[in-house]
Amino acid sequence: MSQMTEQQAKEYWRRNVSLMVKLLVVWFIVSFGCGIMLVDVLNQVQIGGYKLGFWFAQQGSIYVFVGLTFYYAKKMAALDREFNVEEE
Amino acid sequence: MDLQTLTYIVVGLTFALYIGIAFWARAGSTRDFYVAGGGIHPIQNGMATAADWMSAASFISMAGLIAFMGYGGSVFLMGWTGGYVLLAMLLAPYLRKYGKFTVPEFIGDRFYSRTARVVAVVCLIICSVTYVIGQMKGVGVAFSRFLEVDYDTGLYVGMTIVFFYAVLGGMKGITYTQIAQYCVLILAYTIPAIFISLQLTGNPVPQVGLGSTMVGTDVFLLDRLDQVVMDLGFNQYTTDVRLSGLNMFAYTMSLMIGTAGLPHVIIRFFTVPRVKDARSSAGWALVFIAILYTTAPAVAGMARLNLIETLEPEPGQYLAIDERPQWFKNWEKTGLLGFEDKNGDGRIQYSADPKVNEMTRVDLDIMVLANPEIAKLPNWVIALVAAGGLAAALSTAAGLLLAIASAISHDLLKGMIAPNITEKTELMASRIAMAFAIAGAGYLGLNPPGFAAGTVALAFGLAASSIFPALMMGIFSKGITREGAIAGMIAGISVTLFYVFQHKGIMFIPGTAFLGDTPANWFMGIEPNAFGVVGAIVNFAVAFGVSKVTAQPPVEVQELVEHIRIPAGATTAHEH
Repeated sequence: MSQMTEQQAKEYWRRNVSLMVKLLVVWFIVSFGCGIMLVDVLNQVQIGGYKLGFWFAQQGSIYVFVGLTFYYAKKMAALDREFNVEEE
Repeated sequence: MDLQTLTYIVVGLTFALYIGIAFWARAGSTRDFYVAGGGIHPIQNGMATAADWMSAASFISMAGLIAFMGYGGSVFLMGWTGGYVLLAMLLAPYLRKYGKFTVPEFIGDRFYSRTARVVAVVCLIICSVTYVIGQMKGVGVAFSRFLEVDYDTGLYVGMTIVFFYAVLGGMKGITYTQIAQYCVLILAYTIPAIFISLQLTGNPVPQVGLGSTMVGTDVFLLDRLDQVVMDLGFNQYTTDVRLSGLNMFAYTMSLMIGTAGLPHVIIRFFTVPRVKDARSSAGWALVFIAILYTTAPAVAGMARLNLIETLEPEPGQYLAIDERPQWFKNWEKTGLLGFEDKNGDGRIQYSADPKVNEMTRVDLDIMVLANPEIAKLPNWVIALVAAGGLAAALSTAAGLLLAIASAISHDLLKGMIAPNITEKTELMASRIAMAFAIAGAGYLGLNPPGFAAGTVALAFGLAASSIFPALMMGIFSKGITREGAIAGMIAGISVTLFYVFQHKGIMFIPGTAFLGDTPANWFMGIEPNAFGVVGAIVNFAVAFGVSKVTAQPPVEVQELVEHIRIPAGATTAHEH
């Protein structure tokens, strides 16, 4: 293990959890929010042939999931560098 | 060349490829056997994970389910992809840092208890065995439909192929074969979809085609679909809710956390070199899965429309029995399609009303299997679909078998019964365990227990209510104790099983259900397959409650938790 003070370790974990919570809020909104709970409201809007709520449930949420995982990987790689806990 | 010969050639070539890989990627150590040497590139691992994850159910059945459920089928699309977000953030990086070989091993160490490890092994084996039965059946069915050999022979051929690369190569052989299998299955899925999208909408991208207008008109495909299904008396396609919003919510959440908790998926992330790679690899896995999962709704909608327009070429004008197309007759022979001319008018009425409806049998699987024929695609596309279905079933079966074999040889044998065996003996033991697992799965494929159909959904419920919460609490809370974790896992799994059994029968034996399987009897209207999330909540609650009143975990365990939270110092998977 690299030499991290207890304080730094706590700070690293806090920033990781805070990033994760933000991204999971988005994860929840696009799937459970737009795809299920708000589906009727969003279905009033039409994009091409897709009703918007239906599109979120069968297409949009999946694209956002992909984006979220890569964004998390990228941000965490930066955080690892900042705290100098990168693996070689 | 006739279809039969062509199918034999295409399937034969893919099988030759898998066996070739088996000889090339033999395992030389337990590290090779359990985690493919720990040196798999994140993109390769993403591809292998996608094949590992997408089973016969995803490839053959899912589009058919969506075709008949419409909007309600979204639970599968969101549930089976959203779990990867949880896996990427909540589990994979930390379990990779921990750096050992199996999921029960982590649970045993983190909860400083052999009992916890045994409970985890039991949960793992129940989840994986129920799941593998479905895959073995998929192999047998794919063979019998496409190659016209009988089901049993098909199953034996499938078992022999898996035996080659799984016993010889372990995780290493499985990984490289899964990469090849992914390529086969994704081509087999997308090529027919592209053709059909072109035919119906003129747009080659199915994801866009589904939202486009029909060729030569300004009517949107989805509007047309809504119209024709409603004319037949079905619910509107794009708004057909599965029971209730709450039920869809619970179903989606159960599938998501079940996905994140399935051991055969989790162990794939032990094969990459670094924590960083585990995070990005989850993203790549999701990309490769999303290619199929965003195509599936297009296949579903378009196939449903094609089917209806075959049966009812003009409004009110149903298909005459002697004019039915060749593919219709072909699939009648398999028993997947069937009609009964109830009113004797020589035409096949299709309707939502069971009294009038004359399409008495439309198997959901037909939507993917017969799709190329319905769209009049060339024979090589049909042959490719056969190879794709087999690739999907074999790749998932191999991944599950590895999870089972490593739990037996590594957790039970090396971990409990004979800790002093050498690496060479353990490697031999893991190969024998694999051989037995294949034989056992084959036996259950040949003599499926009556409950086989109900159990795939149960596998998700079990993983969601037992393994996922235990892993998550083990990483995110230092205060969860041995007693808390064990009580939580047992409570979670029991609640889920109890709920399923009370509505579906004890061990799915007909007549033993003490509450009928109807929405009126369901807790808050949640169907049994969607109940895993409730089991998970019970697991979390019990674990926290019990941990409050039991002695704190030892200091070493708290240090272990601190250790896995930080990437640096991640050693490669090692022998204890």
